Amino acid sequence: MSTELKPGFCQTGDLTAGNRLQSIDVVSVQSQEDRANSLTSGHRACQGCGEALGARMAIDKVMELSKNKVHVVNATGCLEVFTTPFPETSWNVPWLHSLFGNAPAVATGVQAALKAKGMEDVTVIAQGGDGSTVDIGFGCLSGMFERNDDVLYICYDNEAYMNTGVQRSGATPPTARTATTPLSGPHPGNNFGQGKNVPKIAMAHGIGYVATATIANVRDLEAKVAKAMSMKGARYLHIHVPCPLGWGSLPKDTIKLARLAVESGLYPLFEGEHGVITGVTKIRKKVPVDEYLKLQRRFTHLFKKGADTDDLAGVQAIADAHIKYYGLLDDGDK
Amino acid sequence: MALTLPYAITLEVGSSLENKTGDWRTERPIYLDRLPPCNIECPAGENIQAWLGLSQEGKYQEAWEEILHNNPLPAVHGRVCYHPCEDGCNRKQMENPVSIHAIERFLGDEALKNNWTIPKAADTGKSVLVVGAGPGGISAAYHLCKMGHKVTVVDSKPAVGGMLRYGIPSYRLPRDVLDSEVAHIEKMGVTFKFNTRIDNLAASIKDGGYDAAFLAIGAHVGRSVEIPNDGSVKIIEAVKFLSDMETEDKKPELGKKVAVYGGGNTAIDCVRTAVRLGADSVNLIYRRDRKNMPAHDFEVVEALEENVNLNELRTIKEMKDGKLTLDIMELNAEGWPESTGKTETIEADTVLYALGQLVDASLFNDCTGIDVEKDGVTNVNDQFMTGMDGVFAGGDMIPSARTVTTAVGHGKKAARYINAYLKGEAYTPAEKHETASFDKLNTWYYEDEDMREQPVLDLKKRTTTFEEVLGDLDEATAKYEATRCMSCGNCFECDNCYTVCPDNAIIKLGRGNRFEINYDYCKGCGMCVEECPCGSMLMEPEEL
Amino acid sequence: MLKQVEGSIGVAEAIGLCRPDLVCAYPITPQTHIVEGLADMVRKGKIKSNCQYINVESEFAALSVCIGSSATGVRSYTATSSQGLLFMAEAVYNAAGMRLPIVMTIGNRAIGGPINIWNDQSDSMSMRDAGWIQIHAETNQEAGDLHIQAFKIAEQLSIPVMVCVDGFLLTHAYEQIESSTQEQVDEFLPPFKPMQALDCDNPMSMGAMVGPEAFMEVRALNIAHFDNAIEPIQKISEEFEKIFGRKAGGLYEHYNSEDADTVVVSLGSVNGTVKDIIDEYKKDNVSIGSFKIGCYRPFPGKQIVEQLKHAKRIIVVEKDIFAGVGGCLANDMTVAFKDTDVKIYSVIGGLGGRPIFKKSLIKILDRGMKDELEDLSFIDLDQSLVEREITREDLFMTKAV
Repeated sequence: MSTELKPGFCQTGDLTAGNRLQSIDVVSVQSQEDRANSLTSGHRACQGCGEALGARMAIDKVMELSKNKVHVVNATGCLEVFTTPFPETSWNVPWLHSLFGNAPAVATGVQAALKAKGMEDVTVIAQGGDGSTVDIGFGCLSGMFERNDDVLYICYDNEAYMNTGVQRSGATPPTARTATTPLSGPHPGNNFGQGKNVPKIAMAHGIGYVATATIANVRDLEAKVAKAMSMKGARYLHIHVPCPLGWGSLPKDTIKLARLAVESGLYPLFEGEHGVITGVTKIRKKVPVDEYLKLQRRFTHLFKKGADTDDLAGVQAIADAHIKYYGLLDDGDK
Repeated sequence: MALTLPYAITLEVGSSLENKTGDWRTERPIYLDRLPPCNIECPAGENIQAWLGLSQEGKYQEAWEEILHNNPLPAVHGRVCYHPCEDGCNRKQMENPVSIHAIERFLGDEALKNNWTIPKAADTGKSVLVVGAGPGGISAAYHLCKMGHKVTVVDSKPAVGGMLRYGIPSYRLPRDVLDSEVAHIEKMGVTFKFNTRIDNLAASIKDGGYDAAFLAIGAHVGRSVEIPNDGSVKIIEAVKFLSDMETEDKKPELGKKVAVYGGGNTAIDCVRTAVRLGADSVNLIYRRDRKNMPAHDFEVVEALEENVNLNELRTIKEMKDGKLTLDIMELNAEGWPESTGKTETIEADTVLYALGQLVDASLFNDCTGIDVEKDGVTNVNDQFMTGMDGVFAGGDMIPSARTVTTAVGHGKKAARYINAYLKGEAYTPAEKHETASFDKLNTWYYEDEDMREQPVLDLKKRTTTFEEVLGDLDEATAKYEATRCMSCGNCFECDNCYTVCPDNAIIKLGRGNRFEINYDYCKGCGMCVEECPCGSMLMEPEEL
Repeated sequence: MLKQVEGSIGVAEAIGLCRPDLVCAYPITPQTHIVEGLADMVRKGKIKSNCQYINVESEFAALSVCIGSSATGVRSYTATSSQGLLFMAEAVYNAAGMRLPIVMTIGNRAIGGPINIWNDQSDSMSMRDAGWIQIHAETNQEAGDLHIQAFKIAEQLSIPVMVCVDGFLLTHAYEQIESSTQEQVDEFLPPFKPMQALDCDNPMSMGAMVGPEAFMEVRALNIAHFDNAIEPIQKISEEFEKIFGRKAGGLYEHYNSEDADTVVVSLGSVNGTVKDIIDEYKKDNVSIGSFKIGCYRPFPGKQIVEQLKHAKRIIVVEKDIFAGVGGCLANDMTVAFKDTDVKIYSVIGGLGGRPIFKKSLIKILDRGMKDELEDLSFIDLDQSLVEREITREDLFMTKAV
């Protein structure tokens, strides 16, 4: 039994957002009463929306570090629709929405304009859901990466087109039921493929910083925002944001699902710089994918009598592959 | 720059505050304080979670004051209490419980070191007689004194403590700790009278002009048993043995071979004392097996470490020629011992009988209406009052678990009823909050961290001296250990609820002031409740 | 100072004098020489601003970058042609709806399929109703001058402007043009003061979603602002003339058409050919003139009717045709003249770069003046080939059924 006392120990360590026992310097921005609330109350996101939360977490941290000097460009999607329906906006930052597929390019324009005005101290954020990021806006995203424009792009990944009624996107996981990958045929739900791993594709562009983050770990998320903010050029942050409506989960389980996605290995948390993986957030308490999948109606067919067990095994294999590739378990756990 | 905003497509920031999303809600989250299992298990009713919380913040004096709401003897309890709180501790289901007793001891010692005191209320003009200066009597005296009553404690023994002094060996409770902690109560204004035996309670109350009395005379009469003995083996009752240890001129002679008959904590105290007195062999004889011993297992373990031989499933059949014939037992289907018919012998100069204790109820000689059982145990009502008006009782002399902490709890509760009695009021205890059981917690959020244990005296000293076996936690370790507390059922301000609300509907009131819910915007998703580590939130149906 | 330059370079130099802060384009023939010229000027620091040239991966991105920069309050420019304009279509509408004063050159080119890189005006015509002001250049001189005016129009009205320059015929043609000076341009074109811009000190949300409760009003406002642009466009043209000492832009230009019985109406460089023909007719005292429409969107219908109501007939010569519409300009003219007795003839020519020869056009005009034209005619169309192919395909389709 260790008798060493961990410095700054509190019962929740850095697992909770804050803790009254911790110095204000180590707790998350989210836990502080003077956080920016860049995305304020009164928005029309569903109960338990992970995206609303992820956006506030990320942008509040940007607000803190930039001393409120930020411009945000938002792609069309849930986040845009639920935050800015006339006559009300929930944003407390200079914010611009143009189209579904052009947020990275618009952000490039904003950044170039700031440069022209000699205001390069303003941080430019482009953000969107997985639909705009991995699919329709992917060309513009890749262009922005390739030019290494001074933009931090944040993708809030809820794994389907939720705004239009839960259709499949390039980020929808295999076997998931969506409105366009219904439960029929020998392999119900979304097909198995190589997937479209935009964080890795972003890394292939060799940009300064790429990271995946989750709303279930706000301190990790904020650290990654901070790391991104310490650099110039194109940076990419991919945040996993469960969607109760689209996933068929209970609103109260949003954080839990985000956590289980990480703990199962399905959603690896890692960072990379200039094309090289520089760090991973280890799995703390590994769980089989079932624990994650069973809480979501989009996967219930995997657990019905007569379901093809290969489908479930296939999802587990993805998690196992992630664990191996990224080294998500401590050596002792393997 | 004055700008002309185009209609509708460009909007003033933050305007969605106009949109009160609270009306989406069908369930609402609320904050509540649930009762942690440590508090539930504490016979003294200590608000353990609260004083651990204060200790986490280094507010030791406030933590000590919090303990003293319920228990005036933390330095004592940190040493002798069998800490059922730790059995209840939810952390036990993760790795091991918080070492609550060690922190309580630290706080008690800090108070003694720093001479912390508790203020008392203005004099009420009422006076109370307390009979028995053991834990129950001390507790009642302290609380009654704090409430402003004049309290006199009488005891037939020459010094304070009752079983604390005359039942618990000094290697578990150094006497200076006991004396210092009681001295503090004496300083508050409680009068102690020793070597004063009360034989006629009614007369004593009347003569003393007392308005009420609290009795906590304990159970100091050893239970005996008839076993054939040719006189070669000396028999001593355990309670007498332990009591005599405290009286210099009565130090008992045990011989070199000692046996102790019984399986309770007193038996353990006896064997360990015998070891320290220099016995060559110490045998503990118990009729059932170790698993069924009433003694706490950690005490049994400590005894075995000190080279005590455990003779489980044995009864003493006869004593002859300095030898004990032991009947070998086995447990029947109901778990009771039955003789196998086989025997064995061991040598013994002395046998200590630790077979339970009776109450000497002779003080009721001149009282009427008191309901006394044949073993001297006195029945009381739910307000701790005996059949005689104004006479209350607690501790080992009433039907209940016979522990120090139970007695202290009785003293506290009885004091509250006595106070109400004296004022002609009714006292109704506050309703207990629902239990903060393990399933109410979200334990994901707690760091895995093992208990920091107290240092233990080396075995040589343990077997040859009466030095205290368990040592202190230093300040840093005590605080660290306190910080392992998960604060079950009581918000400790981890900020999770505030952070996970997608609607910013939780208002943080600043450190130390917890949170509030802004129902104008709360959509009732329940994430705050789900992600509350300690279970201090609840969803309840919205009234529609 | 007169100099002999390629049309594209003339345009690039004019834009440079406007001190844009951002140029962002994706190359497409025949727009390429303009943006190459600008890229070179930016690199060499010839533009007196912090101008940046951003290379992007598509026209959609190019205009999107301009949307971002314009919304951040800097002067922004792009250029495209043909498919490029179609590829950015979504952003074209968006920029107008957001009221961002971007200036875009259209090097007019046919749209496919079949793919065709040569000049006609079907590209800009395809976006005629997107909410952008569209002004057409007749000459390289005017092409440059219109860009200087375009920034002023756009920024004064918060409406984006397309300057339509016929591909190859102007963009790749070398002509003598009179350069403007930086002083002239600075006097004419004030620094950009946006009606709205991203600003940390005055944060706002731009590009809100507007539902049924306000969308109609937003649209009605757009249209009202758009229609109100006609007068300022004319006025800015007049201001230009005062400072630069030459005419350019404006709503329209008469050429012997003030009292002619027959008026030829057209857009862009074809006016040069028409003017030559009018000169020839003039020698024979034929009552025919030409009328150039400089501002096509907003369409100055009332002003045109006022100018041409005396005519017996108007022959609209244009280089676009759309299914179900025919010639767009003829269509607009027909609507404008619906309450008059003026006869409108639609003549389509020059599609996909086919040259409009004088003699072919004269043949058409001769017939027009005798009112022998069909409502819709084509210049130099191989009608027999079209008929033959229709028959052949009909046979095939019948068999297939």
